[in-house]
Amino acid sequence: MPLYVRETRQITGAKGSLVFVKSLPKVAYGELVEIDVEGETRLGQVVDISQEITVVQVFGSSLGITPGRTVVRLRGETLKIPVSTDMLGRIFNGLGKPIDGGPEILPEDYLDIHGDPLNPALRMPPSEFIETGISVIDGMLTLVRGQKLPIFSGSGLPHNKIAMQIVRQASVKGSGESFAVVFGAVGVTFEEAMYFINELKGMGAIDRTVAFLAPASAPPVEKLALPRVALTTAEYLAWRQDMHVLAILTDMTNYCESLKEISAAREEVPGRRGYPGYMYTDLATMYERAGRVEGKKGSVTIMPILTMPDDDITHPIPDLTGYITEGQIVLSRDLWRKGIYPPVDVFLSLSRMMKEGIGPGKTREDHHQVFSQLMSAYAEGQRLREIIAIVGVESLSEKDKKYLEFADEFELKFINQGETERRSIEETLDLAWDLLAILPEEELKIRDEYVKKYHPKYRVSR
Amino acid sequence: MPSRTGRIHRIAGPLVVATDIPSPMMYEVVYVGEEGLIGEVISVRGEKAYIQVYEETTGLTVGERVEATGELLSAELGPGLISTIYDGLQRPEVEIARAVNDIFIKRGVRVNSLNRSTKWVFAADQRVRVGDKVEPGDVIGLVQETPIVTHKIMVPPGVSGTLKWRAGDGEYRVDDVVAVVETGDRKYEVKLYHRWPVRIPRPYKEKLPPSEPLITGIRVIDLMFPIAKGGKAAVPGGFGTGKTVLLQSLAKWSYADIAIFVGCGERGNEMADALKSFLELHDVRRNRPMMERSIFIANTSNMPVAARETSVLLGVTLAEYFRDMGYDVLLVADSTSRWAEAMREISGRMEEMPGEEGFPAYLASRLAEFYERAGRVVALGRPERRGSVTIFGAVSPPGGDFSEPVVRNTLRYVQALYALDYDLATRRHFPAVNWLMSYSLYVDYVKEYLDERSAGRWHETRNVFVKILQREAELLDIVRLVGPEALPEEDKLTLEVARMIREGFLQQYAYDPNDAFSPLEKGFLIMEAIRRFHEVALSLIRSNVPLFKIRELKSPYMVYKLKLYAPHEVEKVYNDYVQTLEVEVKKLTGG
Ligand SMILES: Nc1ncnc2c1ncn2[C@@H]1O[C@H](COP(=O)(O)OP(=O)(O)OP(=O)(O)O)[C@@H](O)[C@H]1O
Ligand SMILES: Nc1ncnc2c1ncn2[C@@H]1O[C@H](COP(=O)(O)OP(=O)(O)OP(=O)(O)O)[C@@H](O)[C@H]1O
Ligand SMILES: [Mg+2]
Ligand SMILES: [Mg+2]
Repeated sequence: MPLYVRETRQITGAKGSLVFVKSLPKVAYGELVEIDVEGETRLGQVVDISQEITVVQVFGSSLGITPGRTVVRLRGETLKIPVSTDMLGRIFNGLGKPIDGGPEILPEDYLDIHGDPLNPALRMPPSEFIETGISVIDGMLTLVRGQKLPIFSGSGLPHNKIAMQIVRQASVKGSGESFAVVFGAVGVTFEEAMYFINELKGMGAIDRTVAFLAPASAPPVEKLALPRVALTTAEYLAWRQDMHVLAILTDMTNYCESLKEISAAREEVPGRRGYPGYMYTDLATMYERAGRVEGKKGSVTIMPILTMPDDDITHPIPDLTGYITEGQIVLSRDLWRKGIYPPVDVFLSLSRMMKEGIGPGKTREDHHQVFSQLMSAYAEGQRLREIIAIVGVESLSEKDKKYLEFADEFELKFINQGETERRSIEETLDLAWDLLAILPEEELKIRDEYVKKYHPKYRVSR
Repeated sequence: MPSRTGRIHRIAGPLVVATDIPSPMMYEVVYVGEEGLIGEVISVRGEKAYIQVYEETTGLTVGERVEATGELLSAELGPGLISTIYDGLQRPEVEIARAVNDIFIKRGVRVNSLNRSTKWVFAADQRVRVGDKVEPGDVIGLVQETPIVTHKIMVPPGVSGTLKWRAGDGEYRVDDVVAVVETGDRKYEVKLYHRWPVRIPRPYKEKLPPSEPLITGIRVIDLMFPIAKGGKAAVPGGFGTGKTVLLQSLAKWSYADIAIFVGCGERGNEMADALKSFLELHDVRRNRPMMERSIFIANTSNMPVAARETSVLLGVTLAEYFRDMGYDVLLVADSTSRWAEAMREISGRMEEMPGEEGFPAYLASRLAEFYERAGRVVALGRPERRGSVTIFGAVSPPGGDFSEPVVRNTLRYVQALYALDYDLATRRHFPAVNWLMSYSLYVDYVKEYLDERSAGRWHETRNVFVKILQREAELLDIVRLVGPEALPEEDKLTLEVARMIREGFLQQYAYDPNDAFSPLEKGFLIMEAIRRFHEVALSLIRSNVPLFKIRELKSPYMVYKLKLYAPHEVEKVYNDYVQTLEVEVKKLTGG
């Protein structure tokens, strides 16, 4: 027990989720606070301290807080969560409390949810290919361990299905190492939350999954805490338990909205479109927790999912995310309308770590060149689609028509894939060759030796 | 000096207000709280000192002590800088890891910037002798810091007098005294290192106008929008447009003697990627690992925001120090926007009057001060040395919109703009430098240098290319309305040649081992090849050969492929092309 006073009723004001309290001696910046309101205990955090006044951010609303009656108590520590491998298979709220009816976990440690920055000098460049079994991702947007690669989606697009397909199918080629999924859902509807839980149960993956759910109705601060709680767990499993962790966080747009709400309550000068100026840093401190580190067996891979307001990629939420993550998988409403699943726009999408993760020994020797060829041929097809919209298909040469055919087939056969269909990287690359065979052979800017080896015309049936 | 301490009065994120410090000084370093977190006084109002704290402030309490040092935030300058990875406070990150024995950066760690136990081989420079009068910048000795960097031990700025004593050749640690300079009755001990405040530009004798290009190996820079040694350039672009790849390529390949990479508020993984390739790749000119001439400052986006400012200032201070030795130094800062955002955050906490988009009114002057530290100079001291600092700053405008304050203010102070374009990047045209928006005011300064090396052809050809590309943009507007076939033959040819310039010359894949670095000679040959095709095709068209016939030729394809050959193979392929073109044209004209 501390010797000095750790609680007070001297509240001098309240506004939004902020409570102004007379400063107690030794109040620490960032420490956790308990507020007793009408028999219920709410949590809060110290966000500004001066000699006289301490500003407390309440996790929840300040409803019912009354100067003189409400008790504010300092906890003397920052927000920490208990962690242990027992968390696998369990479901928690945004503050790390079990919500699946099961018992509290037996903690192996308590960790500060804000974590510490990884030492840049100890990082290893991510380079191990994760096979998702989804052609457009494995072939065109390769994901590697330790990468942070978001899905930029729009309302009504099948991002959740894609995420679940990845969780179900993701594996690292040629390794039977221990793998865990940390799943965090921020501000999702009850239906969505149940979809995830049922999917995870259904695929038998629940035992290697830790799920965190903060429904839409949860207080903003719980939504702000959730991704940090989830990533703290991910780090624990990766760095202390040697696991390869894939952390999926959805829907980060809800997180950003909560951030905006709280910033407004604090009357901060708003940045672009009302989002706080520090949103970049705030998101970065979470996403930078992804990585691979010297001397550690585990890894943290992060896949945030967000819905772009109005499908606008220049909106601050996708924009700032794109400035932090190592690429993005962008979903296209046009492709979705055409009935293509997963409707990935390969032009707007990018995996920046791809070049490290593909090639001989990782995927296949021809992957680099096949990728470039698919990209440029699809782009050419796309360009021709625009031209025929003006001048009609008649004015095109035979060669051009082949490119158009290629673009159509590429969408229908390569991008398009069943929700439960799993294609190995070899299947994906062979499929790519089948489609490239539509084009005249002299159009292929691929090394002869690969053409001879993989082009269907020469390929001995394997 | 009596210790000057005060107390914490207020804590708001990275901003701490202290009272009771006896006469606080602007920009002096203070140690905040029991853990001694490093901070800097950035404003004094009445008896309150506003402190920007460079480490995480969680857990600080009001009333904790604040110790003022009376010293400005300074860098340690001496042997051991090269190949080191520093944080924004010049702490070697590998040492931090050793000190905390963890994979994470913890706060309150104090480690020396320069290792105190490493021994360096010092050799006296006999051009200066004991008994001589010495001035700041005079080289008194040399240390071979890496196989390719000779570190010059100079009389520090502000010190002059008689060289009283100098250590004999041998091994010394950085804080061993290697010389004594006597001024009147005062003695100054020269060590292998000295300290210099990062906010103050290091002095030099004279600034020189730009004259030589800094060869970067990137064609769109060297041959379209050249950069001069001592130049300053901005690289703005939305996310994923290629700023980091471009800056890394520059740091890797350019003909600088020293390359300093400042990762300011950006990604850890790409830093790791850069470090790895700097160890693996070899410098073109000297065939040594690039790391042997490089310094990294890695203050990633999840590290304390306030230290973004110090990381940029530290970088430029180190650059000036090597410039003073007579080296051509390249400094790349990725990204200056993150520094600007840090200024905005601190300014907001200080409740200063916000300017545009919340940035403080002094944003412009801070940017100006930074870019002004670039330049080519005659350094202080003997023997006479010329050195330069060339700065490339990445800018990350929200939404890729160049009208925002950081881009706009930066453009007031730089002389070259490499505008990275989202559309080009989406089409995988890399480097995605938009040729219509970008410019270099160094063209006229480096014209002579480049023309001398290209038989007088460079400047003229460049202008032809610029015209063709501009014309292409106009023609494409028309094509969008009527389709390409409606154009007259000559215009169709313009489109054809423009495409050749874009794909065969401007595009340069950073990961292609044959093309990652393109020497001037290779670029000149590609330029000649395109120009030759243009001239030949134009005369064919004028003698009524239809363009589709020209399109059937093989030789144009050879132009596209030129860049894929290693520098030493290009000339042969170029000659093949010239011959093939000649033969094909003869056939076509029935000659
Ligand atoms: N010169 C190049 N050659 C080949 N690929 C390139 C080149 N420049 C960029 N790219 C591609 O574009 C991707 C994004 O580039 P980069 O990381 O440099 O963008 P950026 O502008 O720094 O983005 P951010 O602002 O988000 O940091 C790279 O991962 C690479 O795939
Ligand atoms: N797209 C471009 N390509 C090549 N050079 C350019 C381009 N745009 C500008 N420049 C060069 O840069 C110079 C300065 O450009 P800037 O836009 O600052 O001119 P300004 O605003 O008219 O001049 P002032 O600085 O007097 O306001 C121009 O004189 C021109 O030579
Ligand atoms: Mg970048
Ligand atoms: Mg102007």
